Amino acid sequence: MVELERKKMINLNVDIAIIGGGPAGLAAAVSAHENGAKNIVILDRNSWLGGILTQCIHDGFGVEETGISMTGPEYADIYIKKAKKYGIKFMNETMVLQIESNKTIKAVNKKGLYDIKAKSIILSMGCREKTRWSVLIPGDRPSGIYTAGVAQAFINLYNIMVGKNVVILGSGDVGLIMARRLKFEGANVIGVVEILPHASGLPRNVVQCLDDYDIPLYLNHTVTYIKGRERLESVTIAQIDEKRNVIKGTEREIKCDTLLLSLGLIPENELSMKAGVEIDEVTRGPIVNQYFETTVPGIFACGNCLQVYDTVDLLTIDAKKAGKYAVKKMITQNNNIIVQTGKGVRYVLPQIIDNPGKIHFTLRVEKIMKTPVLHVFADKKEIFKKKLPWANPANMIDFKLDISNDIINTKDSIEVVLYDG
Amino acid sequence: MTAEKDVICIVCPIGCKILVKTNGKDFEILEGNKCKRGTDYARNEALDPRRMLTSSVLVTNGEWPLVSVKSSKPVPKDKIFSVLKEIKKTKVNAPVKSGQIIIKNVAGTKINILATKSIKK
Repeated sequence: MVELERKKMINLNVDIAIIGGGPAGLAAAVSAHENGAKNIVILDRNSWLGGILTQCIHDGFGVEETGISMTGPEYADIYIKKAKKYGIKFMNETMVLQIESNKTIKAVNKKGLYDIKAKSIILSMGCREKTRWSVLIPGDRPSGIYTAGVAQAFINLYNIMVGKNVVILGSGDVGLIMARRLKFEGANVIGVVEILPHASGLPRNVVQCLDDYDIPLYLNHTVTYIKGRERLESVTIAQIDEKRNVIKGTEREIKCDTLLLSLGLIPENELSMKAGVEIDEVTRGPIVNQYFETTVPGIFACGNCLQVYDTVDLLTIDAKKAGKYAVKKMITQNNNIIVQTGKGVRYVLPQIIDNPGKIHFTLRVEKIMKTPVLHVFADKKEIFKKKLPWANPANMIDFKLDISNDIINTKDSIEVVLYDG
Repeated sequence: MTAEKDVICIVCPIGCKILVKTNGKDFEILEGNKCKRGTDYARNEALDPRRMLTSSVLVTNGEWPLVSVKSSKPVPKDKIFSVLKEIKKTKVNAPVKSGQIIIKNVAGTKINILATKSIKK
């Protein structure tokens, strides 16, 4: 019989513990150090740092932040090098099992079980991809069905080709990028099927990944059936009406061996919820105040586990703020106000304002508008109005607004609304 | 030969549809763009469309089987698949350093292919 060595719990005390070493965690760590934090640790379940950027070998990263277009690995490398220079500790191949509201973390790796006490915790776990079961496509369960990000990892990291004749369901950015990548690797990309009347990904990706290579985009279409005994043999696609019902007679069976799903991302917040952090029903990320602090004091959130960002640049800018506020804790007043989403707005961040000051808001709209006008109301009185050049669900919108002491003290909430025309 | 074509501007999220008339040398915007940056974009797209090219190259004896690569400059659109063909034929020995030249003057374009990742042995 094998004698198992009984290991003691390894105890650590840190100033800031960061959960997830992707772009958000790295940026938050770098910023926390630059704002005076000394003892910082990043925990990550992978053997590498940089998270998803490692497999995003295409370029376009860093344009908004630095003016230079980089590939994912190059962008990640900037922050990895900086973090190493600053002496930030990394614990790779380490799985965080639990976070408690008193800011203790239970984690495990090959060395054993850890009990980490932190003064502040920054959540930066990122997202998971939606799967076939998020949209419930009927049919068989053959091999050959991948989420776009998994296919991206296979092709770009492990040198495993996923198939020959490919249909992509969903026009999120990863799906569009993968359409081009598969074409480059010699696959026949039959088309991208999108249930919405517009692409979900950024316009530049529609042009440079689909139009450039004559890959058709089927808008107002969806996959209605999956067929295949062992390997995928065909998918049936059909046109849908405004109520998302299949229009009879438009069904078409397409022979293919591979189906990629680019259905969107779900912020990964099981750990946050266990810690008692309140989650926004729409973003599915933590509810935060203007300091990126969640509803549990001392626990902050940034990156794609907070909201799904358009670009890593915008994500980094916010993650740096989260890193700063995790060090320089702001004393919040008792009178806070709630930020409500009104007509035309899907969600707004932050959801809570604790102190007066210039607040940077980010939001996403429900549908494309031609002549959008943004209004902010405080108890039905308009306090802000701005015409916007465009409004598209694929692009985040941001604006800055001074929230006065008077509003904080006399109002309960503000409402953000977007009208067309 | 004079041809008219639609260019969808990607400079900002408005995504103007710009109708362009060109004979390959001269260029004229018939309608569509809202700003100067759109004019520049449409001119490049009509006269000399180029794209940054990224892919991966096989690595022998490395901790990963592939190294990600990019073109040192944007590649003319009609040369993309001949560049990819050369990339596919190439193998490189670990270790590889990010920024290292993997292919010089790829497919006669005077453009180099560079590693974008470091791969340890």
